[in-house]
Amino acid sequence: MDHLFRHESGKMVSVLTRVFGFNDIEMAEDIVQETMYKALQEWPFHQVPDNPQAWLYKVARNKAIDMLRKQKKLLYNTDSVAAMALMEKNVSGQIDELFLDHEIQDSQLRMIFACCYPEISIESQIALTLKTLCGFSIKEIAKAFVTGEETINKRLLRAKQKIRNENITLDVPTGRELGKRLQSVLKTVYLLFNEGYNASSADILIRKDICLEAMRLVILLTEQPATNQVETQALLALMCFHAARFDSRIDAEGGIILLKDQDRKLWDKELIRKGYLYLNEASIGYITNEYVIEAGIMAVHCSASSYDKTDWPVILRLYESLEEIKDTPVVKLNKAIVIGQINGPKVAIEEILNNVPMKDYYLYHATLGELYFQSNDVFQAKQQLKLAMSLTDSNAEKLLLEKKLAKINS
Amino acid sequence: MSEFLYLFRGGDARNLESSPERLQEHMGKWMKWMEELGKAGKMTGGLPLKNEGKTVKNRGVVTDGPFAEGKEIVGGYMIINAKDINEATEISKDCPIFEFDGTVEVREIQSMEM
Repeated sequence: MDHLFRHESGKMVSVLTRVFGFNDIEMAEDIVQETMYKALQEWPFHQVPDNPQAWLYKVARNKAIDMLRKQKKLLYNTDSVAAMALMEKNVSGQIDELFLDHEIQDSQLRMIFACCYPEISIESQIALTLKTLCGFSIKEIAKAFVTGEETINKRLLRAKQKIRNENITLDVPTGRELGKRLQSVLKTVYLLFNEGYNASSADILIRKDICLEAMRLVILLTEQPATNQVETQALLALMCFHAARFDSRIDAEGGIILLKDQDRKLWDKELIRKGYLYLNEASIGYITNEYVIEAGIMAVHCSASSYDKTDWPVILRLYESLEEIKDTPVVKLNKAIVIGQINGPKVAIEEILNNVPMKDYYLYHATLGELYFQSNDVFQAKQQLKLAMSLTDSNAEKLLLEKKLAKINS
Repeated sequence: MSEFLYLFRGGDARNLESSPERLQEHMGKWMKWMEELGKAGKMTGGLPLKNEGKTVKNRGVVTDGPFAEGKEIVGGYMIINAKDINEATEISKDCPIFEFDGTVEVREIQSMEM
């Protein structure tokens, strides 16, 4: 029963949006709300039904049928099942079919592709996905992103407007379109995951829920042959390796604990095991992409019993491969840290100063600060850490840097 | 021991909460409260009521809707076993209805005993 309403909400909204057409998505959302209110009223008094899912679907279906009968005008959306059904006067049968398991999967997939349409701004994609597919309320989304409900509302409106204006249909793309669109979906879902993973001041429970929701969406993609591609499996592996360490990343005061200081006993072994499974699947064949390599790097970290026992040379080779396809300063910075582990902090500092073109980014200066400290250059260490502190708004990051400075001063 | 009727009014999560997760949480509170009352032998019955209804006067005059309006509409009832009205009232204080601004009316049921 954990998160039952939230998950089923996402599924039902997806199914009913197919029934009413995307233009009337609010109708779908209202019906799903009403269905849950009914459960809230009845289940405490009568009993939780043996099959709560089926109960919810039946109520939603009946409400949908009632709504369709009430509507005097025909729905003109050509991709609306209802328009076709009304013409055939077989509304309830058609709707029943949409509530079958494989159809529910299908509806959710169509919804993912609609929500993650590339022409929509990324924040709006994320807001729409969280609202319609993941069953989050506007209040919850605003809380998670530490912003106002008004802002989230605007993002939702813009996303819906774009979908309507561009006449985006609820379809799973095929052929060459699929590869391109899937990339876009994976990128958005990964960003969504990172919002949950890295958000520094939001409610920790909601953040964990967001990570789990992102994973649920990727799992959904792996359950369909068409979307179960190497990148999908690799992204899922990567998410598993990250999520496994969720509990070890934050200390009692809300400060960040870096990988090297994380208590590995708190790492979720089951999630790590799943990560290896998905990574193995993704590694069949010769296709490589950033998710495969990043998952590989995390796999090496997760297999080490401690930071010092990590197989750094293997990770270095992986970073070199990653650099070939994703030549960004962040990748170079991470590679430099690995070089430092193998050849000492001074070599790493050289590497960063010469090869990492990055300015005014807190992570750059925080990393340098740490490396200077390791090579006993206290003055430079303090300079860099102070500079890093001035470049971040995040309380968690500031706390971490403060702790480092305190350590140096003592 | 006597029996008491709880009449629930208002407390409709509908107005203030739209998150599926929060709704499920709220539902969990109701279930827990009622389960505990059941286990303690305090609850002998209860049912929710639909908002639609009819009011009949003078045998033939029928108006749509319940007798009251808005927050006054009775949304459900429960029958409780308690020593006296004070105990019955005390028990009602844990009802989750108060989270969304509802009320509980507590009435003793007239028994037939002399």
